[in-house]
Amino acid sequence: MAHPYLPHTQADIRAMLEKIGVKSLDDLYADVPEGCLRKGAYALPEALSEQEIRDCFAALEAMNARLKVFVGQGSYDHYTPAVIPYLTQRSEFITAYTPYQCEISQGTLRYIFEYQSMIAELTGLDVANASMYDGPTAAAEAAMMCTASVRKCPRVLVSATLLPHVLAVVKTYAKFHGVELTIIPADGGVTPLGAIEAELEKGGVAGVMVPSVNRYGIVEDLTGFADAIHAHKALLVEYCDPSALAVVKTPGEWGADIAVGDGQPLGLPMSYGGPYVGFMAVKKEHMRKMPGRIVGQTLDKQGKRAFVLTLQAREQHIKREKATSNICSNESLMALWVTIYLSLMGPEGLKEVNRISSDGAHYLYNELLATGKFEEVFPGKPFLKEFVLKSKEDAAQLQQRLEKAGFFAALPTEEGYVSFCVTEKRSKADVDALVAAVKEG
Amino acid sequence: MKYYDKLIFELSQEGRKGYSLPVNKFPQSPELPVQLQRASAPRLPQVSEPEVVRHYNNLSQMNFGVDTGFYPLGSCTMKYNPKINEEVCALPGFAGLHPLMPARLTQGACKVYEAMNAALAEITGMHTFTFEPCAGAHGELTGLMLMRTYHMMRGDLKRTKVIVPDSAHGTNPASAAVCGLEVVEVKSLENGRIDVEALKPLLTDEVAGIMMTNPNTLGLFETQILEIAKLVHGAGGLLYYDGANMNPMLGVVRPGDMGFDIMHLNLHKTFSTPHGGGGPGSGPVGMTEEVAKGLSQIKVSGFHGNFGVILRAYAYILSIGKEHLKEVGQYSVLSANYIKECLKDVYKLPIEGVCKHEFVFDGLVNDGGHDDVHGATTLDVAKRLLDYGFHAPTIYFPLLFHQSLMIEPTETESKETIDAFIEVMRKIAAEAAEDPTLLQSAPHNTVISRPDETTAARNPILKYWDTL
Repeated sequence: MAHPYLPHTQADIRAMLEKIGVKSLDDLYADVPEGCLRKGAYALPEALSEQEIRDCFAALEAMNARLKVFVGQGSYDHYTPAVIPYLTQRSEFITAYTPYQCEISQGTLRYIFEYQSMIAELTGLDVANASMYDGPTAAAEAAMMCTASVRKCPRVLVSATLLPHVLAVVKTYAKFHGVELTIIPADGGVTPLGAIEAELEKGGVAGVMVPSVNRYGIVEDLTGFADAIHAHKALLVEYCDPSALAVVKTPGEWGADIAVGDGQPLGLPMSYGGPYVGFMAVKKEHMRKMPGRIVGQTLDKQGKRAFVLTLQAREQHIKREKATSNICSNESLMALWVTIYLSLMGPEGLKEVNRISSDGAHYLYNELLATGKFEEVFPGKPFLKEFVLKSKEDAAQLQQRLEKAGFFAALPTEEGYVSFCVTEKRSKADVDALVAAVKEG
Repeated sequence: MKYYDKLIFELSQEGRKGYSLPVNKFPQSPELPVQLQRASAPRLPQVSEPEVVRHYNNLSQMNFGVDTGFYPLGSCTMKYNPKINEEVCALPGFAGLHPLMPARLTQGACKVYEAMNAALAEITGMHTFTFEPCAGAHGELTGLMLMRTYHMMRGDLKRTKVIVPDSAHGTNPASAAVCGLEVVEVKSLENGRIDVEALKPLLTDEVAGIMMTNPNTLGLFETQILEIAKLVHGAGGLLYYDGANMNPMLGVVRPGDMGFDIMHLNLHKTFSTPHGGGGPGSGPVGMTEEVAKGLSQIKVSGFHGNFGVILRAYAYILSIGKEHLKEVGQYSVLSANYIKECLKDVYKLPIEGVCKHEFVFDGLVNDGGHDDVHGATTLDVAKRLLDYGFHAPTIYFPLLFHQSLMIEPTETESKETIDAFIEVMRKIAAEAAEDPTLLQSAPHNTVISRPDETTAARNPILKYWDTL
């Protein structure tokens, strides 16, 4: 029975079997012990035609709610220029493997080089890798990189103001890798330098991880952090929203050694959580400890500019059990997505995205407070597109009420707050409609 | 292919823009305090939309993908990537879902996970899967975390070693090390299979388990797998299955039935989702009911894994259905054996016999001796293949041979394509005998020739501003 993805005809199969010298396809498995062979039929769905697959997915899609999103917490509903899916769908990009054969992979290698350049520029650091799985895993790898870089120091201090999903993944990796985590509790919605200094004094600290913009949406002031941390020979790791880095002080400016984060806010669809793309950038002196692929520029034999995977002595396929990271495939196509996004937006576009989002968020913040149904949690703390409030109405009830009105908003947090986010995709009319729905309860 | 020498930064002109944003109708919010502001704007390119489109189209023309031609890259399963998969995963009702939406809002997505879990469990003989891992190596790491958790939950804390065959994928020992496990290597026999006698003394009460792929990286079925499983389980360990080589097993053999307790699948290999130039992939991890008890203790990626990839794989499973599953496995094996038989007189086949989806040559028969500088190496053969419009096989892996050339054709290539590849491989072997310099200086017809990798590593130029 033919299938559109399987070109073998019965005549092909006969000819190939004859060349091999076996009688049947089953004979190709003659070395497999009887006890391993699957005897019965597989309880799987019957094969569908293409139109049936389309119909099936249309039905599944219809079971998902279509709401206006006013929540961030690690996934942001920013606008995606039409050009991006069009270009990233090009067969030559999407159906290629990792660029092992550089002579026929210059397209991939060039965009990765551009991507590394843009991430280095946004973070203000020297070198970026070709990508990580997502922000949380990039943070976990950064924690492991700290203990691999700073000898005999197994501890990493982690701010409790990091996003919850980042903390959860960092904790998992640390547990198995033998990294001793100390969580630094928040003080007034930000990371207290005093508590970090006290822990540094205790010794054994290889790194300190703090967010640039934190789980409450607050832009953290890291004045004095790098000096205190470097005085103890530890590394400063900053977890960043790369979109916000167009306007907020960069890891480079704060004196950080490593910057990590998730590229999702750079125009990637929310897509229920993935695929996203983690990024990592470091100061030059840490380059050879950085995990992941790195692309470099060189010349070919004729003197033409060429790009290659480089510094591969760091990687798992060379170092095997001595490697400090096992990352192999990463999120290359999503790195291309980010590269095209940043090419289109440029410095002005990214600034404007931040301006509209921040203006929208502050407008929503003030309008919500004006309803009298909320209390401020961190008054006066600077924020951009995301913030938390305390709801006088039961948080779960508020959230569900807003869902019925067509909004995904007021996400209840672990601390008992409700979290909101506004991006440039939300118009003033959208925000007014949300506020009206809040008032109706 | 056409050489195109621009970087996007080199197209930039002050005052150009490629974006379109709405007029800001909100009242102006307060500026960030000065000490929290970035000092100067990032030096991103300023380019118009048509320039961006042409630039990336030009870059794409310097790339080779499965849609360009035959891609026999061993261990990578470069099968055809169906286009309906792309259509369905981009549907706005999926792409627009926020990952923190509760299940009551995401019933369609939940159904996809449910159906995928059931299908993968049935195909592999596992109890359940987690979909959080974003790639194969990520799946390995997750699987090993589950292995350690299984022992920890039983209070068996001294199991900190894991056995890995010398033929294993490089990610296996690296994943073990990242997971805090000590790697113990077990040797292969002359016939390419694990040495069971060498394994026995390694199975102490400090061993958490063994990582295997079956068929192994030589494309050979580990015929003593049932005995190995019995031995490892008898010693209190678990068996981990590296699913990178699952393709030939589809519809014929299930890892669960071979005795494996934990495994990962590469949806970007076995289940047809595109490799994307190095991701996004998806590496769901399957496990027995017993192992699944530790699942809630582990969080390995931000949300629900690479949902967009999982959607594509589901579309593939629906297209293949129970009717064609076995054909996928069998045809991949048929094509590999056919190529092997057609080339083994001119390329050294170190281990005779039927292979599965892939096999390994140890360089040319007529190579002038590996130590002879005048002879053509595996690298030279690989580079010469590029001139003829084929992607190269995987080279210098596995590490068991000096000149490994690992070929995996997959089931989606026609006999005509495979025959054309065989013809070229024979032609290259003839060229190597007549004039090895033709191979050593290859490729000749690509947009660049062999690059200077030594200088690239010694004086790294890793971003645009380093080039100025």
